[in-house]
Amino acid sequence: MTAYSDYEPVIGLEVHVQLLTHTKLFCGCSTSFGDPPNTHTCPVCLGLPGALPVLNAEALRMAVRASLALGCTIAEKSIFARKNYFYPDLPKGYQISQYDAPLAEHGALDVEIDGYTRRANIRRIHIEEDAGKSVHGAAGSSIVDLNRAGTPLIEIVGDPDLRSPAEAAEYLKRLRETLIYLGANDGNLEQGSFRCDANVSVRKRGATALGTRTELKNITSFKFVADAIDGEIHRQIRVIERGERVRMETRGYNADKRETFSMRDKENDAGYRYFPEPDLPPLLVSQEYTSNVRADLPELPAQKRARYASELGLTPYAAGVLTAHPAVAAFFEATLALAGDPVKTSNFIQAEVLRDVRTTGLTADLPVTAAQVADLLRLAADGTISGKQAKEVYTLMAGTQQMPADIVRERNMAVLRDEAAIVALAEKILAANPKQVAAYLAGKTALLGFFVGQLMKETKGSASPDIVNSVLVRLLQHPS
Amino acid sequence: MSFAEILQRPVWQIADAIAKGQVSAVEVVKASLDNIERHRALGAFLTTQPERALHVAEHVDAARARGEALGTLAGVPIGLKDPICTKDVPTTAASKILTTARRSTTDPELDPERGFRPPYSATVTSKLEQAGAVVVGKCNMDEFAMGSSNENSAFFPAKNPWDPTRTPGGSSGGSAVAVAARLVPCSLGSDTGGSIRQPASLTGTVGVKPTYGRVSRYGLVAFASSLDQIGPFATDVRGAARVLKTIAGADAKDATSARVEVPDYEAACGKSIKGLKVGVPEEYFSEGIAPEVEKSIREALSTLQSLGCELRPIHLKTTRYAVATYYIVATAECSSNLARFDGVRFGFRAPGKGDLASLYSATRGAGFGAEVKRRIMLGTYVLSAGYYDAYYLHAQRVRTLFKRDFDAAFQEVDVIAAPASPTVAFKLGEKVNDPLAMYLADVYTLPASLAGIAALSVPCKPAPATVNHPELPIGLQLMGPAFSEEKLFSAAWAFEQTCPPRTPPPTTV
Repeated sequence: MTAYSDYEPVIGLEVHVQLLTHTKLFCGCSTSFGDPPNTHTCPVCLGLPGALPVLNAEALRMAVRASLALGCTIAEKSIFARKNYFYPDLPKGYQISQYDAPLAEHGALDVEIDGYTRRANIRRIHIEEDAGKSVHGAAGSSIVDLNRAGTPLIEIVGDPDLRSPAEAAEYLKRLRETLIYLGANDGNLEQGSFRCDANVSVRKRGATALGTRTELKNITSFKFVADAIDGEIHRQIRVIERGERVRMETRGYNADKRETFSMRDKENDAGYRYFPEPDLPPLLVSQEYTSNVRADLPELPAQKRARYASELGLTPYAAGVLTAHPAVAAFFEATLALAGDPVKTSNFIQAEVLRDVRTTGLTADLPVTAAQVADLLRLAADGTISGKQAKEVYTLMAGTQQMPADIVRERNMAVLRDEAAIVALAEKILAANPKQVAAYLAGKTALLGFFVGQLMKETKGSASPDIVNSVLVRLLQHPS
Repeated sequence: MSFAEILQRPVWQIADAIAKGQVSAVEVVKASLDNIERHRALGAFLTTQPERALHVAEHVDAARARGEALGTLAGVPIGLKDPICTKDVPTTAASKILTTARRSTTDPELDPERGFRPPYSATVTSKLEQAGAVVVGKCNMDEFAMGSSNENSAFFPAKNPWDPTRTPGGSSGGSAVAVAARLVPCSLGSDTGGSIRQPASLTGTVGVKPTYGRVSRYGLVAFASSLDQIGPFATDVRGAARVLKTIAGADAKDATSARVEVPDYEAACGKSIKGLKVGVPEEYFSEGIAPEVEKSIREALSTLQSLGCELRPIHLKTTRYAVATYYIVATAECSSNLARFDGVRFGFRAPGKGDLASLYSATRGAGFGAEVKRRIMLGTYVLSAGYYDAYYLHAQRVRTLFKRDFDAAFQEVDVIAAPASPTVAFKLGEKVNDPLAMYLADVYTLPASLAGIAALSVPCKPAPATVNHPELPIGLQLMGPAFSEEKLFSAAWAFEQTCPPRTPPPTTV
């Protein structure tokens, strides 16, 4: 499309993140996922008459932690507000959220892409409760599961600072990674614990005013984020090129057709009748509380990547791979602490360990322990085993508790470094192959490989290649 | 002493008599249940729970027989205003929407026994039960506590035992009648804008609206969350003090409950009030006050003076904005609080097939009464975008002025004395078609609610009988700073010694 490059997309993401607390935001019910419907409910989250909300301290701590990790300023006083609307999966007829006085503001997330960095400002982060789930039946009936009702969420509202679908996808990836590092969220779009809405508009390049935006709802897979936004950008450009106006509305994404579709005209805040929640006092967060939470923040992925490159001498690529999941980074760091060689440790983990690693949410399925890998790296470094043997030992120990040293001993895999023994073998081989020796001495030095091969065959590959080489060269030049 | 006679005594004497074995808890509770039965026509109770009550009373008697220490209200029968949840006991808030239809009809059942049975108890209910109190039944009220005459009950109005053609006031009308007619020596009501103090005044009982946050609201079906407070009715000041002491205190289930220690309110009864500075707000004696009310209150003020109090005229200039402010804040909150009554999870659901919107409108249309609908609409309006700043936000700002007004007054005086209601009990039906006149019945009680301070009503000299009416009670309202209930009890108790509790004539209904 020729017109595409004439337009600049403007994208802002609103991300709803379920906090991984044990209990709900305003009651003691479990947040466990996948249990029989309506088994994690109580008078509070059922919205029974007379029940009152009480804020979950763990949820507050996680929300503050996430806000600080995203560079936000924490409000010393924020206000819960009621967002009023009727729906069967919203038991009280209102959602407890925050409106004009959110928990945190003025954060940012740097997105590195194709060699440049885009700073995406985070306008605000607020705490709110999730609704339940409605399941619409065939006969026009609906059933409601309130297990999820009252689950703590934070909504992370980004400014419209992103300029391409790729930037948006990268932003989401970085956001998800940060939250996983904090242990605040498992980053699962498919199960809805991490939900993204995208505000998308386009404008002619060079224009400063924003175009009319549409809101893309319920993007349920990372794969679709860039596609959905790209599809919407193209649609808006076509609308404008036809001389029509983009309507402010909420749209969904059909992944099969790879296009967005209109869901409803955008409801504005007027319909929600926000007002301060009278059942909850203002949320006061002291500076002391905030600094305690800050002091407790882990090293975040961006900081880790920078440190791996500058202090450990890893390539940016390696640093990126090793920090993609906190469990992998922790594994790398634990191995490094025992093994001591950043580059070799990094290379081995990337080449061998990460091959079969599955990460799900906050956990990674690592087939080996740091101690096993460190031991293996030590055996390879001191020449006890060869590089090729190291790979063999790795395959043998993966999924077991066995230490590499034990495997090497049991299988007699240690490298043969006994020079006298190698000399004896070499003399035997040279004696058995007089023609080849003659040819070598006549100048066909490539035949050295032949002798090495013979010797390796004799020792089942366990002889030290260095020693084998030097012994053979010496004996061939000075035949006894 | 006959069993019926025991109910003429105040809470603390009944508890004492049971503790000493002069009368059994079962006897007292039976007497109460008998009295309730004989006075059905007063409409004080929506439901009673005789079996449950006698069961609890038996436990009290058994505990006494074993020589165990008894709670401060052991064996004392008490009535609870209907929106105070009691596990498995019908709770309707006097609304049809919390009753289920017997058949598939478009109308909810007009039977409070078919009310919503909560699977949990309010914190106050649990505290009362821990103290050995015996809940005998749930008291009548205006629907969702919206009203000042008890005529907005979906079921039947409550009648004033001093003159059954008159209202006992509202919204806690049933709770007031139950105590005034000595069906129980004490009850709980809830006060959002005067719903305890006004009916206490109109029925000649002691009614306390505690400081906002003094008593947990957990388990009270909400009307306006930032104003609602549960408080006691009792036949005398000391009885009210004992009940408040029992139900007050911080509650982990109510984030708005205050972490302020609960003093011994009963010990405050009997303390000298010499030198107490009593403020008399001119604005509470302006137009609209009935002459017989003004006369009685002025006399009460003289009595306080003779008890050693120092009277000081003061001004509470915000008073005239109370009705306007209150009816914005309270309706806004109720429009949201009542959203949960949607027919989806509990209570009445209109039958029939249709889309979601028609389920909601049919259920809420048939389930809510006219006054409730009026307030939901008012509240929805004042919260709507475009109107929010002009109404709700503005009212919240004005509300802080009430606080400042009282703060300034309490720099000068210890307590404020004023009428609780501008009139004596009015005729049933007199104001039902004039909502504004009804709203004005609360004009003297609204400011303390908006400021969240402590207040009570204690009977003063009644209006004498005339050709139009028999003798009718009048209440003296005492207001104090937040958490000053002790001071109010001291003053009310001292005053009560000069004006002992009176009982209504045997009722003719």
